[in-house]
Amino acid sequence: MVVFDRKSEPHDPGLIRKLKKTALSIRRDVLTMTTRAGSGHPGGSLSCADLLAALYFHHLRYDPENPGWEDRDRFILSKGHACPALYSALSMAGFFSREALRDLRKCGSILQGHPDMNTTPGIEASTGSLGQGLSIGCGMALAARLDRREYRVYVLMGDGEMNEGQVWEAAMAGAHYEVDNLLAIVDRNMIQLDGPTEKILRLEPLNEKWKAFGWHVMEIDGHDMLQILEALDAAEKIKHKPTVIIAHTVKGKGVSFMENQVKYHGKALTEDELQKALEELDRGGEGERQE
Amino acid sequence: MKDRSKGFNLETRQEALMREAYGRTLAELGEKDSSIVVLDADLSTSTKTSVFAERFPERFFNVGVAEANLMGIAAGLASAGKIPFVSTFSVFGTEKGLSQFKQSIAYPKLNVKIVVTHGGLTVGEDGASHFCLWDIAIMRALPNTTVVVPADAIETEMAIMAVAKHQGPTFVRLTRPKTPLVYEEGYRYSGHQLKFEIGKSVTLEDGGDATIIATGPLVAEALVAASNLKMENLDVGVINMHTVKPLDERTVLKAAVETNALVTAEDHSVIGGLGGAVTEVLAENRPTPLRRIGVRDEYGESGPWRKLYERYGLTSQHIEKAVREVLKMKR
Ligand SMILES: Cc1ncc(C[n+]2csc(CCOP(=O)(O)OP(=O)(O)O)c2C)c(N)n1
Repeated sequence: MVVFDRKSEPHDPGLIRKLKKTALSIRRDVLTMTTRAGSGHPGGSLSCADLLAALYFHHLRYDPENPGWEDRDRFILSKGHACPALYSALSMAGFFSREALRDLRKCGSILQGHPDMNTTPGIEASTGSLGQGLSIGCGMALAARLDRREYRVYVLMGDGEMNEGQVWEAAMAGAHYEVDNLLAIVDRNMIQLDGPTEKILRLEPLNEKWKAFGWHVMEIDGHDMLQILEALDAAEKIKHKPTVIIAHTVKGKGVSFMENQVKYHGKALTEDELQKALEELDRGGEGERQE
Repeated sequence: MKDRSKGFNLETRQEALMREAYGRTLAELGEKDSSIVVLDADLSTSTKTSVFAERFPERFFNVGVAEANLMGIAAGLASAGKIPFVSTFSVFGTEKGLSQFKQSIAYPKLNVKIVVTHGGLTVGEDGASHFCLWDIAIMRALPNTTVVVPADAIETEMAIMAVAKHQGPTFVRLTRPKTPLVYEEGYRYSGHQLKFEIGKSVTLEDGGDATIIATGPLVAEALVAASNLKMENLDVGVINMHTVKPLDERTVLKAAVETNALVTAEDHSVIGGLGGAVTEVLAENRPTPLRRIGVRDEYGESGPWRKLYERYGLTSQHIEKAVREVLKMKR
């Protein structure tokens, strides 16, 4: 067993630097994969790259050699369209080969356009139709309680996804059943498919909504690695209610011409754009290292 | 080698987006009729209701990623005399809004038009989570509901105009990518001017040996198949069943009597769609040798839609093979 259990490592500058580098690799993978596939959802994949790096390379407990290990933490990508970022993280974590990334969205690939738990090692729930992940997470959290297991359940949702009524049905259930082993994360990048969230269907005050539904609410900068790590730890100390982290992020984060742009929600970069984007990511990466 | 370039050939056929024809037609209708309102669920840039939204922002409602609410709001608008056109992808309109469509719209016979895009395997790379290979089956099973599946962008325009005039709950299913044009400008085929009527199929090719009854993008595939088979001296008819409900039973039975060999073809599961509808009519009235072209009870997977058509048996070659099989059955 190569169980990854790194939660107790101190949040020192070395760790932060390592995780930021990992997030950068995820971003590179996301853009390369979607351009090669000629389709996919880069914008919302980039906005959650730092969250995924923190989860998969520090916080979560899992065993890539034994994806079905019963005590593993469960992570559900409820905003399934961001799976290029998750696939990148899973491949770096060792669930499958790096080569598999080349075949994203192709016929016969183990990497489907949206997550499929029966095709891809490490995927915990089949998603893609928005709004369903938190209910599944709630069920997993209840199962952990029934089985007296220690694992925790993590659900990453989009902010546009909050439009779905089912999210709030699950929110009520989570509070009602007091599943404190369930953590929801909202990728609050302020943009959905057709435009800005507050213009399409107003979400604010989002913090108060979750509170009113009985959840413990935290708000962080979803690109600040230390804040992410601290929030993930802090959530574990909250008892008798579930926790939601509203992670303020930037859609298209890391590539200046993609940031806050609605049009890169569901459009892959051209080859030229990709080269530009990768160069910019590299420069950004070096900047980080000199800090 | 036979020269296949002379018949109906997909390589030389022009292609167009049904979605674009939809958006354009909707905006034109909005110009003429102020009771037309349009609703979408955060996919207006994809479904092209955005064209209407730009022209008539006050009559456009983007309700966010909330398909149940989408149907309910449309029901309310319709009960006050508005004519709502409601759009999203087929998978979300059919599956996430189904209870609301049934309870609030179809049962009370409200005049709501559901026009979904991204039907069938044409969704392509997004994969199984985004396929709804049972939308025709589900919608067809609901009383009071009319189900229309246009064959190309030109017929889409005709269908949307007809649906706007039609009274009652209606479901129209469009595709995602550009698909080959079956018709010529102004709804003509082989030079003949045609008329679009809900519930009345269009016989595109006459044939004495066998008949292909197709719907949606499979009509073009059926025409290629018939044209190839003609070169083998097989006389195969093609019927475009653009309305799956109410089904044009008379034409189905006529084809059964005349050719006694039928193939149905659709980008949909073989269960419950056009194949199901035709089979039901034949079984009760005139059992006839038949083969169904469609997806065989599977969820599908990601890939370019043309590749998926090959993988799941929806191409003209598959139709040709089915015609040969059905001809053997009749002997
Ligand atoms: C039920 C459902 N309706 C519609 C869609 C189409 N869709 C895909 S992504 C998206 C926008 C999602 O916005 P958000 O949750 O904010 O995602 P992010 O910005 O993080 O990518 C929509 C409407 C879907 N996947 N599921």
